[in-house]
Amino acid sequence: MSALTEQPTLRILFYEGEGSTPLEPAKRYDAMTALLENGYAVTRTGSGKVAGHERGPLLVLGRFDSGNPPVDNVDQDQASLRFQDVSELGPSEILAKAESTRDETGSVKPGEWKPWFPVIDYDRCTNCMQCLSFCLFNVYGVDEENRIQAQNHDNCKTNCPACSRVCPEAAIMFPKYKSGPINGDVVTAADMGQEKMKVDISALLGGDVYAALRSRTTQAQERFSKERDEKQALNERQKCLTKLAQNADIPKEVLLSLPSPDEILRKAEEAKARGAAALARQNQMKNA
Amino acid sequence: MSDSPRILYCHCNYAQVVPEETKHSVLKKLSDSGAAFDAVADLCEMAARKDPMLRQIAEGGNVKIAACYPRAVKWIFGGAGCALKQSSTQVLNMRTEETEEIAATLLDGELVPNLPADKDGSKPAPHELPN
Repeated sequence: MSALTEQPTLRILFYEGEGSTPLEPAKRYDAMTALLENGYAVTRTGSGKVAGHERGPLLVLGRFDSGNPPVDNVDQDQASLRFQDVSELGPSEILAKAESTRDETGSVKPGEWKPWFPVIDYDRCTNCMQCLSFCLFNVYGVDEENRIQAQNHDNCKTNCPACSRVCPEAAIMFPKYKSGPINGDVVTAADMGQEKMKVDISALLGGDVYAALRSRTTQAQERFSKERDEKQALNERQKCLTKLAQNADIPKEVLLSLPSPDEILRKAEEAKARGAAALARQNQMKNA
Repeated sequence: MSDSPRILYCHCNYAQVVPEETKHSVLKKLSDSGAAFDAVADLCEMAARKDPMLRQIAEGGNVKIAACYPRAVKWIFGGAGCALKQSSTQVLNMRTEETEEIAATLLDGELVPNLPADKDGSKPAPHELPN
C-alpha cells in the first residue's frame, strides 16, 4: 500500500461558533484562499460541536472571546489540537502559522506530489486487466477479490493518460485531463467508437506497442552492433516513441523518463504476467 | 442539527482545468454567505491519501459538492473506498457550469441528486463492498 495513505496531514478549522466573533467575509475569503492555494483543507463552522481530524493535527483559527479557545467544542485529542487567535493576523501570517504548525507536528508538506492518477469507473470496468498489463509503472494492482484498482497512485506519470487510451470500455478517468471522456465527462457512443479506434492505433505498427518497441529496438541494436551507429539506434527509438506520444497523448517528459529499451521490455513482460495471473485467478474464482 | 446539505468545495489546486474565475467566485460567495462549509485544496489528493474526511462526508447525509464532473467525483470517492450515496449527493461541475448557478445551488438548501446511476442497482458495486 502506498505511503500516501499513512502520512499525517494538517487540517484547519475556522471556528466561528459559540465563544467567538465571526470574521469579516473579506478576511475569511483572503485567509481561506491563501490556505487552499498552499494545499490545506479548511472547514468553516458556525455552530455545534466540530468533528476532529483523524489523521493528524487540527489547527483551530478564530477570534476567541476573551482569548479563550473553544476547547470543549472540538472533538479532537488535546495532543494534536492547536488554537490560534487570528484577530490581529492577516492572510500571510495565518498561512505562516499553518506552515509552522505543519512543521512542528511532522505533517506532510502539501504540493510535493501532483495528484495525477487513474480513477476507475466501476460501472464500466469489466476487469479485463488491459490497464494492469499495459502500465510500466506498477500503478495498478488487484484487491483480494482480484478486482483491478489503482494502488500506487504516486507511481503514475503526471499528465500521462496512456492507460485510459487502451481501456476498451473508456472506464479509466484522469479528472485533471483536458477533455472528455477521460476527464470524467459522460461517455458517448461516439467516444466508444473513438476509444476502440484508439486501441487499434495504440497497437502501433501491428499488434502491440511493446512488440513494436521490441522490434524497433532489435533492429536498432542490430544496426548498432553492425554499424556502431549509436545515433541511428537512438533515432529509431525516438521515432517509435514519438509515434506513441502522438497517438496516446503521452507527454514528452514521460517518454524521456522511460528506462532503457531492455528495461522497458522487462517491465512490460512483468506487467503482462501480473495481468495474466490476475485474470487466471479471476477465472478460478468464477469456476470454483 | 441542520437539515441543510453539507457543502464541500474543491479548489482543484494542482491543475488549471477549472477556470480560476469560477473557483474564486464560488469560494467568495461561500465565504460571504456565512454558511458552514468544507473547502479542500484537491479532492483527488485526498482520495489518493484515503483521507478519513471523505468517509465522514460520504456517510454524513446530504451533501453538495462543487468540483468537476459527477462521474469523476463519484469514482474519486469510490476509489478511496467511500462510496457516495446516490440519493443524497449533488455535484456541481465548476468546469462547465456558471458561477452564479453553482453558488446559488450550493446555498439554496435543496438537494437534487445527480450522481450517475450504478450499472446494476441490485448488486453492490466493488467500491461498496467491505474491505
